[in-house]
Amino acid sequence: MTLYKKVVAIIMMALFLSACSDDVLKDKLGTEDESNVQNIGYKDGDGLDVETVSIGEGESGYITELMQSETFSDPSSPLSKRIIYFEYDSSTVKQEFIPVIEAHANYLTNNPNQTINLVGHSDERGTREYNIALAEQRAQSVYKMLQVLGVMSHQMNVISYGEEKPESLGQTAEDFSLNRRVEVVYQ
Amino acid sequence: MRLFLKGILEVLGLILRLNKVFRDINVMSLFKKTVYLVVFLLSVTSHVVHAELIIDITEGIQSQQKIAIVPFAVHSASAKKETEEISRIISADLSGSGDFSVLAKESMLSSPTKVEQVKYRHWAVAGQDYLVIGSILKEGKAYKIKVSLLDVVKKQMVTEFRLSATTGSIRKAAHYLSDAIYKSIMGIDGVFSSRIAYITTENTSKKQKQYSLFIADYDGHNAVAITKSKEPLMSPAWSPNGQHIAYVSFENKVSEIFVQTLATGDRRSVAKHKGINGSPAWSPDGKKLAITLSKSGNSDIYVLNLANASLKKLTKSWAIDTEASWSPDGGSILFTSSRGQGAQLYIMSAQGRTAAERLTFEGDYNARGSFSKDGKRIVMIQAVKGNYRVAVLDRESGQTTILSHGRGDESPSFSPNGQVVIYARRKAGKEILSLVSIDGLKKQDIKHTSGSVREPVWAPKK
Repeated sequence: MTLYKKVVAIIMMALFLSACSDDVLKDKLGTEDESNVQNIGYKDGDGLDVETVSIGEGESGYITELMQSETFSDPSSPLSKRIIYFEYDSSTVKQEFIPVIEAHANYLTNNPNQTINLVGHSDERGTREYNIALAEQRAQSVYKMLQVLGVMSHQMNVISYGEEKPESLGQTAEDFSLNRRVEVVYQ
Repeated sequence: MRLFLKGILEVLGLILRLNKVFRDINVMSLFKKTVYLVVFLLSVTSHVVHAELIIDITEGIQSQQKIAIVPFAVHSASAKKETEEISRIISADLSGSGDFSVLAKESMLSSPTKVEQVKYRHWAVAGQDYLVIGSILKEGKAYKIKVSLLDVVKKQMVTEFRLSATTGSIRKAAHYLSDAIYKSIMGIDGVFSSRIAYITTENTSKKQKQYSLFIADYDGHNAVAITKSKEPLMSPAWSPNGQHIAYVSFENKVSEIFVQTLATGDRRSVAKHKGINGSPAWSPDGKKLAITLSKSGNSDIYVLNLANASLKKLTKSWAIDTEASWSPDGGSILFTSSRGQGAQLYIMSAQGRTAAERLTFEGDYNARGSFSKDGKRIVMIQAVKGNYRVAVLDRESGQTTILSHGRGDESPSFSPNGQVVIYARRKAGKEILSLVSIDGLKKQDIKHTSGSVREPVWAPKK
């Protein structure tokens, strides 16, 4: 019952927060653990004892990882935004995501031992290998911006999954826009 | 107007077919009466996965050869099942090709099993062009198969085929016979003995997917998963001798190219650089792989020498360069690049010394091109107004024909005889495989029993 209440409270809170986009809501829904800090990361499958949470029919295999920091879950902080979305067949970072990248750059320059993966994705339109290359270009765009802002290259790692791991499974323009993304994954 | 155009197309198609029939009659006269074929085929012992593909003709049958396949004579009771299976597979192959209309058993006026029993008028009355009769004799473990192809119009035998098979190779033998019959009538090789590779995905739980790389007969039978992973598998590519498959695997969370030997299941990692390791394509001599790497910060095409692992960088643009495919003579490499406006196909020397030449100008997006075996055609994905479709570019005329009608069609691959293209399309929320003739007139879906199927690649002819 307490868990139920907690989940309802979390959903209500998530719905009320203006800065709260899809990804934050999913963060919140992922917070079933006693701790209220978490981070979205890719399922690692390397034997780590991590809790897995299903998101959007569990297609893309996300997990929540527990991190000893509250910075990332505060929805008012740009650091809580860890997904950067792109236009069709474009790897240009849109103006609205520059503050997000600046916030991560700031955090990473202050925490030089912290490393991240920049995971690039595309929507399903077009060919698979072209999409791998396109999604990598997106991750590279974010990489270069972070580098210019002082993040050391050894702190960052670029991975591209192309269209292989969609966030949203449908075929509408909205699904596609959710899938054209770079995820900033703290290690 | 559309109807009128369709009518013209049909008449043109008929003229082409008639031309072909006359040409084939000449070709056929060159055939000697009897061809002896002996194939002792080993049965496939590896585990067979019963997730079968089913061929389903969906549209567009134009003029067809009419053929009757009389149930074969059974000389021993123990061979009844195999005998029935062979006639059934030949019927399915020929009708599935879309080039033949196979007469229903109920419409047959007689059931000859020997040439001397054939009454040609029975088949002429039924409007048939050809007749296939045969018998199977069991000798020890071997099935001795004898099949005759007869021309109903000329009232004579075209060819007789003899082969031997074991229980495990009945299906293979039947496909072999279908190929022989197809070639005798159509003058070109059939695709019935060919194999395909493809990737499937299935949700194993709410959170996990299983990716599998399958090898199967062209009709989806004898499907064997040669690699399985919880992480994406991509871009399978057959070696020219059909003995190895190169593919991309994310099993270590990053992309990596493997080459796997089918007979042994052994595999080795051939590319594991920082960034993208993708799009493997075998050189026609099987000694090199063209691959896409982004280790220098941007996706470029490299040629990897498999013997000494040396790498040669072929493209140096700031743009995306990927999806390499060799010309059949090994001299050129076709690839997708975003160096112009959006994705387009380019061709360059396989030595990489000359500037690349742009090949495609129609459509907003042209990608993943590959050559037909004779080098005369290129099949690719072309997007027009947001619809991604299979298109064939005729190199001589420069003309492009759209072959599919989906919104997100993918991964086209030529059949070994260059007459059919296999590709992946979306149907009812699932990805399925589809076949289309290069004139775009004949279409078939290959249904998979579960999960999604994609990235089909036709094996080269052995």
